[in-house]
Amino acid sequence: MLLSEMKEGQTGIIVHVGGTGALRRRVLEMGLTKETEVYVEKYAPLKDPLELIIKGYHISLRVEEAANITVDRTIRKP
Amino acid sequence: MDFLIHKKSITIALAGNPNSGKTTIFNNITGTRQKVGNWPGVTVEKKEGSVSKYGYDLKIVDLPGTYSLTPFSIEEIVARDFVLEESPDVVIDIIDASNLERSLYLATQLRELDCNVLFALNMADLATSRGTKIDANKLSELLDVPVVFTIGNKNTGIDSLLKAAIKLAGSKSKISQKRKVKYRNDIENSISKLQNFIEKRIEQKLPYNIRWTAIKLLENDKIVRERIHQKTGNKSLEIFGEVETHRKHLLDRFDDDPEIVMTDERYGFIAGIIKEVVTKSTKRRIDTSRNVDLVLTNRFVGFPIFILFIWIMFQTTFVAGSYPMEWIDSGVNWLSAMLELFLPDSLFKDLLLNGIIAGVGSVIIFLPNILILFLFIAIFEDTGYMARAAFLMDKIMHLIGLHGKSFIPMLMGFGCNVPAVMATRTLESNKDRILTILITPFMSCSAKLPIYILLAGTFFSAKAGTVIFLIYITGIIFSIITGRLFRSTLFKGADAPFVMELPPYRVPMIKSLVIHMWDRSKMFLKKMGGIILVGSVIVWMLTAFPRNINYSMDYNEEINKINASFTEKQKKAAITKLKLAKKAEKAEKSFMGRIGKTIAPVFAPIGIDWRGSVALLTGFVAKEIVVSTFGILYATEETDEPDALKNALLSSEMTSLSALSLMIFVLLYLPCVATIATIRRETGSLKWTLFSVVYSTSIAWAAAFFVYQGGKILGLT
Repeated sequence: MLLSEMKEGQTGIIVHVGGTGALRRRVLEMGLTKETEVYVEKYAPLKDPLELIIKGYHISLRVEEAANITVDRTIRKP
Repeated sequence: MDFLIHKKSITIALAGNPNSGKTTIFNNITGTRQKVGNWPGVTVEKKEGSVSKYGYDLKIVDLPGTYSLTPFSIEEIVARDFVLEESPDVVIDIIDASNLERSLYLATQLRELDCNVLFALNMADLATSRGTKIDANKLSELLDVPVVFTIGNKNTGIDSLLKAAIKLAGSKSKISQKRKVKYRNDIENSISKLQNFIEKRIEQKLPYNIRWTAIKLLENDKIVRERIHQKTGNKSLEIFGEVETHRKHLLDRFDDDPEIVMTDERYGFIAGIIKEVVTKSTKRRIDTSRNVDLVLTNRFVGFPIFILFIWIMFQTTFVAGSYPMEWIDSGVNWLSAMLELFLPDSLFKDLLLNGIIAGVGSVIIFLPNILILFLFIAIFEDTGYMARAAFLMDKIMHLIGLHGKSFIPMLMGFGCNVPAVMATRTLESNKDRILTILITPFMSCSAKLPIYILLAGTFFSAKAGTVIFLIYITGIIFSIITGRLFRSTLFKGADAPFVMELPPYRVPMIKSLVIHMWDRSKMFLKKMGGIILVGSVIVWMLTAFPRNINYSMDYNEEINKINASFTEKQKKAAITKLKLAKKAEKAEKSFMGRIGKTIAPVFAPIGIDWRGSVALLTGFVAKEIVVSTFGILYATEETDEPDALKNALLSSEMTSLSALSLMIFVLLYLPCVATIATIRRETGSLKWTLFSVVYSTSIAWAAAFFVYQGGKILGLT
C-alpha cells in the first residue's frame, strides 16, 4: 500500500521509494530509505501534510509526496 | 602543550543539520564578536567570528545548516564549496545525539570529502534521558574520527571541543581511507576504475580527492561535472564518456540510478554503526515534545491557537511598538525643532531638516516594530514552532504554489513590508523566497491605511469600512493570482520538496534571541545610512528646486497689504490662506510638481489628476506622505479644520469612482523606498528588484484602469 493511504497511528516498513529527481533523492537522504520503519503520527488539520516518525525523529511530507512511497504493513522489522 | 605548531591561525568550519544546536555552539564560542553577512553571490547568511584561545587565532565559520551535501539547495552548495575551495583546517560536524542516525548521513558525506573532520556529539544528556546511550569511543574508533561531547545550551564541552580541533589541525597524519563508507562490490569496482581513468587523463592534480570526485561523477553531480570540464577542457568528454559507461552498467545491475543506490548504501553503512554504538533502553519515557504537539497541531485547536499566537505577535508589534515609536518620533521632532531654532536659514538647513531628518526620521520610527517582530520570529524559530506553523498552513499556501512557511512573511506584510521581506529568509528554497518577496507587497501595509481612511471616508462615508475591507481583499486576491501565475511561468518546474523536519520543542536561549534581533536591526539601520538617505535627499531636491519660482502673484506683497488693512482676526485667516496658497503653488512648480504634471497624462485614463500623480510620486518615500502631499496641494492644513481636506477633495474634480481607482492604485503600485531597498538586499538581484517595481506598478495601472473605465461604462461616478 502507499504511505499516503496509511492512517494515523499505523506502522509500516518502506518497500520502495518512487518519484523522480531532486524530490526522490531528498526523501531518501532524509532517511526514508528501503526497510525503514515508518509510524504515521498524524495528519495536519487540513489533511495535508502528514507527520511521520522515522529513525527516531519527526518529519512531515505532503500527501502527494507520500504517494510515491510504497509500504508494507504485514512485515515486522526484525 | 604538545600540539603547539608553527601555524598561529586556524580556520574552523561548523557543519551540521538544522536544529542540531550548531548556532548555539557558534554563539557560545564567538559571543558577540561575530560578523554577519552574505555568502558571496547568494543571500544565504554567513556568520563568522574569531577568538583567541590557547595561543591560536581561531576563525570560526558557521556553515549553513544542511542535511546533506548533495548540491540541491544553495545552502548545500555554499557549505560544500567552502569545505572544498577554502579548505578550512578543521571541520566540526555538530551532531544531535538524539538524532544520531540521520545526522550521520551528513557526517559520512563530510568524511568522504577528505577534510579534517571532528564530531561534536551535542545534547547527549537529552538523548540519555530519552533512553538512548551512545558509545562515543566506539563511534570514534569505527569512523576514525575524534568525538567530543558537548551540551550547547549549557555551554559545556566547548573548551574540549576547541582543544580537540586545534590538536586535529596540527596533526599531520593522513586521514585513513579505510573508515569511509564502503559500497557494494560493483560500485566499488566502478569507483576505482573511474579513479584510475581520471588519474591517467589529467596532468595537473585535481584540487579534490580523486575517490570523492569519482563518486560524485557516478552520482551525476552537476557541479563536479562542471568543475572537471573547467579543469580538463576537451579531455572531460573522454572522462564523461567513461562515467556514462559505468553509470549504465550500474543502472543495469541494480535497476535504479547509482545515486539512489549509493544513498541507500550510506544509510545501510550508518545502520551498521548505529547497531554497534547505540544502546536503547526499552523503558518508554514521556516525550514532552510529542505531548505539546498533541495540542499545538491538534485537528481542532491547532488553528485557533495558531491564530492566537499570530494575533499576539501583531498586537505586541503594533500596539506595544507604538509607544517607543512615539518616543522616536518626538525625538526626531525635537531634533528638527532645535536645528530649526539654532541654524541660520540656508539651503543646507532646508536639506538637513526637510530632506535628511524628515526622510530618515519617517523610516527609523519602524525600528521598534522591527525589533519586536523579529523577537517573535526568533522565538517561533528557536522553539520549533515555525515548523508547526508551516505544517498547519502548507495546504492553503500550496494552492498559491508556495511553502507553508511563506505564510508568516505574507501576513507580516499587512504590518510593514520591510520586516516582511526580511522574514522570507526563513524559506529554504530560493524560488519560494523570491516568489514570496514578489507577492508580499500586495498585502496592504499599515502605512497605506491613512490614505484609504481619507479617500473612503470622504467619498464613501457610511460604507467606508466595507470599501476598505474590500481593498484589503483585493490585495489578497492579487497575491494569489500572481503566485499562481508566476508558479506556472517564471518559476516553472516542480516545487521544492516539502519534506521538513519537525524538531523537538526547545526552550529558546535569551542569548540567541538577542543576537538574532540585533542582527536584523543592524541590517535595518545600515540601510538607513545608505539607500534611504540617498532616496530622501533626491525627493527633497525634487520638491525644493527650483528655488526661484515665478509665483502667479507676489504673496509677500499681498501679505503686507493685508497687514496694513483688516482687523486682527480677519488678518490671521487671510494670511494663513495666502501662505497655504503659496505653499501649494510652490509644490506645483517644483520639479516634483512638474514631473507630476508631465506624467499626469499617464494617470488620466485611470481618473487621477496631476495632484494625485504628484501625491503618488511622493508616496515612493513612504506611503504616509501621500496624505500630507494632498494636504499641501489642496492648500489645506489639517490642524486648522479637521474636514478641510475632505471638503477640498469633495469640491475638486475627484469622484467616488476616481477615488476608488486611486485606492486600487495605491494598494498595488510600487512599494516605498525602504521596501525596495530591502527587496534589493534580500533577492540579491537588481533584476528582481526592478521586476517587482515594474510588475506591481503595471498591475496597479491595469487594475485601476479596469475599475475606472469599467465604472464609467456602467455609468457610475
